[in-house]
This record gives sequence, C-alpha cells and structure tokens, in this order.
Amino acid sequence: MIPSSENQVPAVALEQVSKLYGRFAALRMLSGEFAAGRLYLILGENGAGKSTLLRVIAGLIHPSHGKLAILDSGDLKTVRPQLGYMAHASMLYDELSGRENLAYFAALYGIRVQATGDRAMRTVGLDPELDRRVGQYSQGMRQRLSLARAILNDPRILLLDEPFSNVDIGSARDMTRLLGSMRDSGKTIFLVTHQPALLEGVADESVYMSAGRIVERVQHRASSATLQAAEAQP
Amino acid sequence: MSVLSVLRITLAKDLRMEWRSKDAINSMLFFALLVVVIFSFSFDLTADESRQIAGGLIWVALLFAAVVALNQTWARELRNQVLDAYRVSPAPAESLFLAKTIGNFLFVAILELLMTPLFIVFYNLRSIGPVYQLILASVLGNWALVVNGTFFGAMSIRTRSREVLLPLILFPISIPALLAMVGATTSTLTGEGSAHLSLVFLAVYDVVFTLLGLFLFETVLQAE
Repeated sequence: MIPSSENQVPAVALEQVSKLYGRFAALRMLSGEFAAGRLYLILGENGAGKSTLLRVIAGLIHPSHGKLAILDSGDLKTVRPQLGYMAHASMLYDELSGRENLAYFAALYGIRVQATGDRAMRTVGLDPELDRRVGQYSQGMRQRLSLARAILNDPRILLLDEPFSNVDIGSARDMTRLLGSMRDSGKTIFLVTHQPALLEGVADESVYMSAGRIVERVQHRASSATLQAAEAQP
Repeated sequence: MSVLSVLRITLAKDLRMEWRSKDAINSMLFFALLVVVIFSFSFDLTADESRQIAGGLIWVALLFAAVVALNQTWARELRNQVLDAYRVSPAPAESLFLAKTIGNFLFVAILELLMTPLFIVFYNLRSIGPVYQLILASVLGNWALVVNGTFFGAMSIRTRSREVLLPLILFPISIPALLAMVGATTSTLTGEGSAHLSLVFLAVYDVVFTLLGLFLFETVLQAE
C-alpha cells in the first residue's frame, strides 16, 4: 500500500481540458480530480472521447486548452516513468519474440534485468520461454503481452484502453483479478471498456463520458480520503 | 538512462529485425540493381565516358534506393503504434534519432558494398584518382543522405501520403550534398580536378544537419 500522504495528492487533475481537431471537439472542458489508488472505469459510446482522454493523460496528445497535472506535476515529461499505457493496438514488434519485446521496452525505462520482463510475462499468464515471434501470437496472447509491457516499469498510474477486447472470458477474469490486486497495492488505474460487467466488484468508480464531456461519475467504493474523513467525524 | 545505452539497444533491435525480415536491404538492392542494369543497357559508353557519368549515376541510384529503406525504418515503428510506446517512455528522443540514422547508414553501406563490384563490371570503371577519396565520399555522402532521410522520414510518418512526401522533402534538401558527392566521385574517378573541396563541404553538411536533427527531433517525435 502506498502511504496515505501520497494518496492525498490526486493522481490526475484536469482543469477545463479541451482537445480540438479543427472545429471538432474530442474533449470539451473536462475538469475533475482523480484520487490515487483507485480503479476508474471510463465508459461511454464510441466517439465519446474515452481514448482521447487516456492519450492526453499519457502525454501522447497535447490539450488545446486547459491544464493537466499528473501526480501533482504539470510537466508530463517528468512523470513518464510513473505511467503505463496500453492502447487498442498491441504496441509490440511482430518480428520479435515476447521476451525480446519486453527486454527492449524495459531498457527504455533503464531496466536491464531480464527477470523483470519474465516476471511481467508470468504475471499475465504467458510463458517467457515461448520462442515464438509476436506476429505468430493469438490476439489474446498479444493483448496479455501488451498488458505485460504496460506494467513492466511498475507504474503508479496505469492507462488501459480496451484491455479485454479479443480476450476469452477466463483470461479477462484473470486480468481483472490482476488489476484488482494492482489497485490494492496503491496503483491508480484508468480503464476504458465496453464490458464493465467484468469489473463489477473491482472498480471503484465509473466515469461516464458523452460527446467529449464527463457527464456522470458514480462511486462504487468510497475513496480512502472519504473513509478517513468519515472516521475523523465524532 | 543515458542516450548511449538507449541508442545501443535500439540499434541492436533494429539490426535484429532487419536481419530477420531483410525488408529494407532486399528492396534497396533490387531497386539499385534495376537502375544499374537498365542504364548499362541503355547507353553504349566508352571507359572514359563511363567515368564521367558514373558519379552521378551511382549517387542517384543510392539516393532513390535509400528512400525505400528510410520509409521502411519508420513504417516498422508505425505498425501496431509501437512508436507510442517509445513516446510515453522516458527514453531520450536523440537516442532514437541516432539509432535510426546509424541503422540506415549501415543498410546503405551494405548496399554500397554489394553494388560496387556491379558498377565496376557493368561500367568498366577504374579509378584514376586515389581510392581513399572514393571511400571518404561514400561514407560522408551516405551519412548526408541518411541523416536527413531519417529526420524527414520521421516528420512525414503520420501523413497519409508519406511514401511520396519523403522524397518530395528529401530530394531538394539533398541537392547541395548530392552535387558534392557527385563532384568528389567524378573527380576521383577521372583524376581531373580536386575532390578536396567537395569532401570538406560534405563533412560540414553532415555536421550541420546531424546537429539540427538532434536539436529538433524531440519536437518531431512528440508532434501529434
């Protein structure tokens, strides 16, 4: 568990964040704070701005207006080591094996220990010894390896875009359990999905988006800050 | 993590992938081979005439062939959005730029090595000037092509018609370097005039464009 003082700092804070593509607004004036150590489900129809929001937090897209702070820092460059991002696409090299892929991406974070990549593969239920190029992996295996790549650097904030697409139900449940335990260990997880039922009982909050706006936030489990405040009451 | 360590692992990864797929080398080789064979059958040249035009022919063939490799090198990063994984990591942008440039330099150098005997046979070439000048012109000329090609390849990577855009940007900016490469090669092959000035110009061109690339690459990489 991360210390409670760290929990008080919002993992992500948005202030009037908009993203415009010409006259089209992918995100419209988003504001809000997201406490650390929680698992957020980002829900909404196609084109609601869910993936754009994740890409903005990941620093892959720069907001057209507004301010974004991650772990209390406005300089996204400094928090890159604390982020893990998994996109729709696998973000893996088809010509390399799973182990070679992870060894390369781990090295980008200064991790030169092979065991780190192997451990990440085992965590998502893949065999590091599998001597097969990623191009020959099934879609579900790619998805698992992609998750392994995202958690390689032990990030404090994990951004997952449709991690369960093309994954069988058993594997999806395994991944859900893993995400639950990561949240319990203090990680903040933002997860875009069209299968919210899979995370029933695991997710802390659902964030509903529509036409680039956050339209509703529904808490499933109270945050530690709320609990602490409740305990402090006479 | 240091620029050099990320450079080393990125270069090793690129070389391993090229060794397995041979995409860039094969397409470059095939293209350059076509140019050499078609031109040798199109003209009936004496040895002296060959020496006069070979410089231009060699470098134009290499320039066109290099574009194929330059497009390949970035297309790989675009597939499965792998480049985004680099962009979200704390790895320095300069390492990626240098690794790609060195990788492309090695691919074009291999092409030069494979094509040299073919040029000699098909065009009946024999250098009258010192051979070391040819080697120097190849190294400096190769770097001039790939350093700009790698940079502008990254710039055009997210455009819809990137295969067309890269030569459109690269060729005009490479003209001064191309003139110097052809000048140095022709004067060495014919033994007429000095290649010295062209070689110095190429060296300065290489330094300037390498520094510019290093300075601007972060902006290019993080552009949407």
